[in-house]
Amino acid sequence: MSETLRLILIVFGVLVAAMSIAAGLIWFERRMLAVWQDRYGPNRVGPFGLLQVLADMIKIFSKEDWIPPFADKAVFILAPAIVITTVLMSFAIIPYGPNIQVVDLNIGLLFFLAMSSLGAYSVVLAGWSSNNKYSLLGGLRASAQMLSYEIFMGLSLMGTVMLAGSFNLADIVYAQRGLWFFIPQIFGLVVFLIAGLAETHRLPFDLPEAESELVAGYHSEYSGMKFGMFFVGEYLGITLISGLIVTLFFGGWIGPFLPPVIWFLIKTGIVITLFVLLRGSLPRPRYDQLMSLGWKLMLPLSLLNLAVTGAVLLVLR
Amino acid sequence: MLSILRSIWTILTHTFRRRVTVQYPDEEPYLPPRYRGRIILSRDPDGEERCVACHLCSAVCPTDCISLQATEDETGRRYPEFFRINFSRCIFCGMCEEACPTYAIQLTPDFEMSEFKRQNLVYEKEDLLIDGPGKYPDYNFYRVAGLAIGGKDKGEAENESPPVDIRSLMP
Repeated sequence: MSETLRLILIVFGVLVAAMSIAAGLIWFERRMLAVWQDRYGPNRVGPFGLLQVLADMIKIFSKEDWIPPFADKAVFILAPAIVITTVLMSFAIIPYGPNIQVVDLNIGLLFFLAMSSLGAYSVVLAGWSSNNKYSLLGGLRASAQMLSYEIFMGLSLMGTVMLAGSFNLADIVYAQRGLWFFIPQIFGLVVFLIAGLAETHRLPFDLPEAESELVAGYHSEYSGMKFGMFFVGEYLGITLISGLIVTLFFGGWIGPFLPPVIWFLIKTGIVITLFVLLRGSLPRPRYDQLMSLGWKLMLPLSLLNLAVTGAVLLVLR
Repeated sequence: MLSILRSIWTILTHTFRRRVTVQYPDEEPYLPPRYRGRIILSRDPDGEERCVACHLCSAVCPTDCISLQATEDETGRRYPEFFRINFSRCIFCGMCEEACPTYAIQLTPDFEMSEFKRQNLVYEKEDLLIDGPGKYPDYNFYRVAGLAIGGKDKGEAENESPPVDIRSLMP
């Protein structure tokens, strides 16, 4: 009985924590971008402007949720639900502390990769069902970008898997007791970080929604809470990728003195800040630059990383 | 690659830069004395209205937001019967101030004049008139003008010679 209760608590705890972090990121990102642009950012509502999150939520919930008459209604409604669902599913496999995990899957990492591939459907379907050429172009770019970056996203993680000898994320964390994997797997980290940026279509890889070219890309026609779901889905994606980077390369919840969950949150927060910093400092590449970076640099780099890691492991054994 | 890392580092150092934002309602921005804000009508050092109702300001106004009507008192001194500025149309260009021959109409560095009702942006003469002489403390138009009005005859103005009797042959 107590075991069931504990699981239910963990499930709801993770759900609430993930959603509130994603909502808080709206404020955090605006504030940090302002700091790096010599401004203050939202600081009027509540202490440090923290209640801005509440104000934004009230605003987006009370907005008109309009479905264009030319849209494919069923798919149009389904698309934003997919992005939230797939990202939230991936949160299930991350270990937040020793034994604090929703499911202890032995193929955890593969599950994450599968879910992020499914997430690509949301933008493609959104772009298609909007029946708008800008949305379609955004969806098209999103599908091409996510397909090509998914390949080496998976490959870049295989070095970590080899070192830990398991796809299970809890095992991967335990394998980092001695040495965090970002030292032997520095190339894997860099490639995964860039692939993660492209997966969550964050700036500088936000070509699917490039507002200077495509209005708002695949969510041009979305309004109200459906747009809000894309928005929250993007922030959930950042939180997820940051959590995974911490789990796979920075020792997850491992750390001295403080409780494991606190360590996990601190590390994740630092990686999220890095994501915002990258948004604040880098311009968006052209589409062909994005593709050639993916296929000509990142894919060979991750393959090389894979081969070298394998060779070193074989020699040591 | 290196330039990307360098630009990330540059942005990071901006964390400690001075903010450019002026926190307006808490912190008043400095406005220069000749800032073109709310329009006022000033009085001369004797406390009389400077405006002589010449209509130059309303003629030059590009948005036609000034309206006034001239009248005279018993001594022959002209003044506006009403003077009305519609600030919902005013663009604060300052041309009325430039056109004014008596320094009556002046722009001030005050800009906080928001209203909830549009009608409240129409200022009448009693809203516009201030007690002081504004930017020109010593100027009095009637004291330097060669115009005879109550209490001052021809030739009695500052720097004015007495009138010449043109029908006399005497030098």
